[in-house]
Amino acid sequence: MAAVSRIQLQKCLQNIWSTNSSLKTLLCGSSVSGEYQRRWASQAKVKYPKAKYGGRSTVTLLPGGGIGPELTGYVKEIFLYAGVPVVFEEVKIDPSSDSNEDLENAITSIRRNGVGLKGNIETRSLSTSVMSRNVALRNELDLFVNVFHCYSFTGIQSRHQNVDIYVIRQNTEGEYAMAEHESVPGVVECLKIITREKAERLAHYAFNFARKNGRKKVTTVHKANIMKLSDGLFLEVSREVAKHYPEIEHNDMIIDNCCMQLVSKPSQFDVMLTTNLYGTIVSNVICGLIGGAGLLSGGNYGDHYAVFEPGTRNTGTAIAGKNVANPISMLNGAVDLLNHLELDHHARILRDAIMKTVNEDQIHTPDVGGSATSTDVVENVLKHLAQNVKPGLVF
Amino acid sequence: MSMLFLHLSNNSMLGLMKETGHSILQQVTPTIPEGKIGCTIIPGDGIGPEMMQCMQEVVEATGAPVDFETFFLSDIQYRLSAKIDDVVASVKKNAVCIKGILSSPVSGEGGSLNYQFRQKLDLFANVVHIISIPGVPTRHKELDFIIIREQTEGEFSSMEHETVPGVVECYKIVTEEKSRRIAKFAFDYATGRGRKKVTAVHKANIMKLGDGLFLNCCKEMASLYPKIKFENMIIDNCTMQLASNPHQFDVMVMGNLYGSIVDNVSSGLVGGAGIVAGASYSANTVVFEPGARHTYSEAVGKEIANPTAHIVCAAKMLHHVNLKVHARKLFRAIDKVIGDGKKVVSTARTIYRNGGLSRLLFGDGGGLCGGPPARSILIKFHCWFAIHGAQAVFPTGLPRLCSVVCPH
Repeated sequence: MAAVSRIQLQKCLQNIWSTNSSLKTLLCGSSVSGEYQRRWASQAKVKYPKAKYGGRSTVTLLPGGGIGPELTGYVKEIFLYAGVPVVFEEVKIDPSSDSNEDLENAITSIRRNGVGLKGNIETRSLSTSVMSRNVALRNELDLFVNVFHCYSFTGIQSRHQNVDIYVIRQNTEGEYAMAEHESVPGVVECLKIITREKAERLAHYAFNFARKNGRKKVTTVHKANIMKLSDGLFLEVSREVAKHYPEIEHNDMIIDNCCMQLVSKPSQFDVMLTTNLYGTIVSNVICGLIGGAGLLSGGNYGDHYAVFEPGTRNTGTAIAGKNVANPISMLNGAVDLLNHLELDHHARILRDAIMKTVNEDQIHTPDVGGSATSTDVVENVLKHLAQNVKPGLVF
Repeated sequence: MSMLFLHLSNNSMLGLMKETGHSILQQVTPTIPEGKIGCTIIPGDGIGPEMMQCMQEVVEATGAPVDFETFFLSDIQYRLSAKIDDVVASVKKNAVCIKGILSSPVSGEGGSLNYQFRQKLDLFANVVHIISIPGVPTRHKELDFIIIREQTEGEFSSMEHETVPGVVECYKIVTEEKSRRIAKFAFDYATGRGRKKVTAVHKANIMKLGDGLFLNCCKEMASLYPKIKFENMIIDNCTMQLASNPHQFDVMVMGNLYGSIVDNVSSGLVGGAGIVAGASYSANTVVFEPGARHTYSEAVGKEIANPTAHIVCAAKMLHHVNLKVHARKLFRAIDKVIGDGKKVVSTARTIYRNGGLSRLLFGDGGGLCGGPPARSILIKFHCWFAIHGAQAVFPTGLPRLCSVVCPH
């Protein structure tokens, strides 16, 4: 009896194994990424010396897919022209490949250089053993926070002016834990993971950020009325941390209400503290308010590394190569990069040139209601830059 | 004159951008504002001052907007010497410096000026690019490798004492932090220049702890650079290999004393101290200096020393401060003048006879090639710039030497 049942069980398992591809990929996939994470876990804490020699910093450049290569190309050109003391180490990632080798090269390169600038990276492969590259990059480098500055441009017509919000988003856990499985056929479970440790680290980052940048208020965005434990913990931790920063006002808002408030009265927000999924929703809503995806940039920070990218993570494959993509978001990413490298002079002149182009000259690409091409915009930025470029290395 | 060069540099900048592939700039004609680069100069001892003079004249001939701040720093003529702190402040301000060789007296105690200069600026990495220059006769042809030397610790710690009479101890210090830093520098340098292999040179079989630590740090860093091959070699074998089969080397990384020896052995391979240029890097500054540390004081005033190393240093400096147009012009001149200087002079002489070049440059027009090296090389440079200075900024592609030395 026992023997029969063991055989039956074995058969049954084999059946499940061969037919249920999701289980297979769950087990294989998790073991691949588990091994991967173990391998890097020990290294994530080591801080290597910065790749800055003779005043020149090396920065990893990941052009990514879609419009990424065009936009990073403009950045390279502008840096060359303005004499920015940055050397790019370019790492290309083949989007259709199933192997993670390119991605590993990219991650190692950022580990070496400490800083990266990236376009959005496509993950075309549907195999679950291939991680989403954007998510993998953030997890492997422990880039636990995404800081996204949303502000309105006077030169761009939009429903709301005077928007100036920082969205501080949890970047490495929450809904994007990449732990999904089909427990029985037709039932899929996706784990949303909130840990006290990471929530605390993020909340401290947000309040510190507010303090350093002279901000007055932090709003925690959550759905703790439904997800009482997970979002409950996130909210509880942010309330606890808020007590350490008495000069900064703290309130909280439920995500659905938050989206409505953003659309109707965005000026009530200052710094927003969100989990992973809510962060992406909130930042996209604000982007919509002030004129679209092509303007703003975001920075991903960890303890040792920083990666900058256009704010909303769209690949823009449809408009690639047509010379209509808005280069402003990537250029703003470059400004963030320069600020991070403490190249204040270059950051300032590039920021000025961008603002003049968008607000005064109103050279706009079609996505923000203009008719200029990408190169028109870049040329105009260069024209303004030219008046401030000094020869040689300026620190 | 300077306006002319600024104008040229604008056009060439656009040319430069077109070379990079994205030629979006047809309509824009941006103007680069007037302004000059500051560069600290430390002439050094021996033939240093003469060589610096040569170098400055050549840099001026390229039209590069550079202001030189000269500081005479010397251990042997210490009463004439500038204060080390002033020099360091100037280098920090300018971020670039061209330095001759300082002689360090054998007697006396404490750190030499060289030592203090490196420590105060934290010039941890010395890079010497050993490259054969066509036209210089040598035993091995077409050498091209890079020696990277840690120069803030190791044997040159300046910590020596006599414990009991007749017994002297000298500390060799190796720290994990600095070993990691130099190893990472070597791998970063190799990555940035598309090199394939890094060789760590050590004596870890004897100094198991000191050199062992250095070697382990190199191994650890190598794991971050999967595309670069990593090897190690014991210093004594390394010097033999350098003399017999130097082509096997690509990038070499080593401690302080080994670096000093290997630099000089390798410089000898390609034509000596007058040919080889080097540079010392800290995080924020670069000091360009000849690769082999030799003051050549017996040649002072005889105009027989070779200024090529100093001129290559200047070209590298121009490249580093983004005056790439002028740097490439100078590299092209070096290619031509050192490689085929006689032709340059004979062309110039023909132009002179036809009334195209000034009498000032040419004097009586005779005996230019046969003179002592310094003078004749300088005159050849002047001839080259007189012929090509204004027009031939960008014929096609990079100058050969430039593509090897400064590939970016």
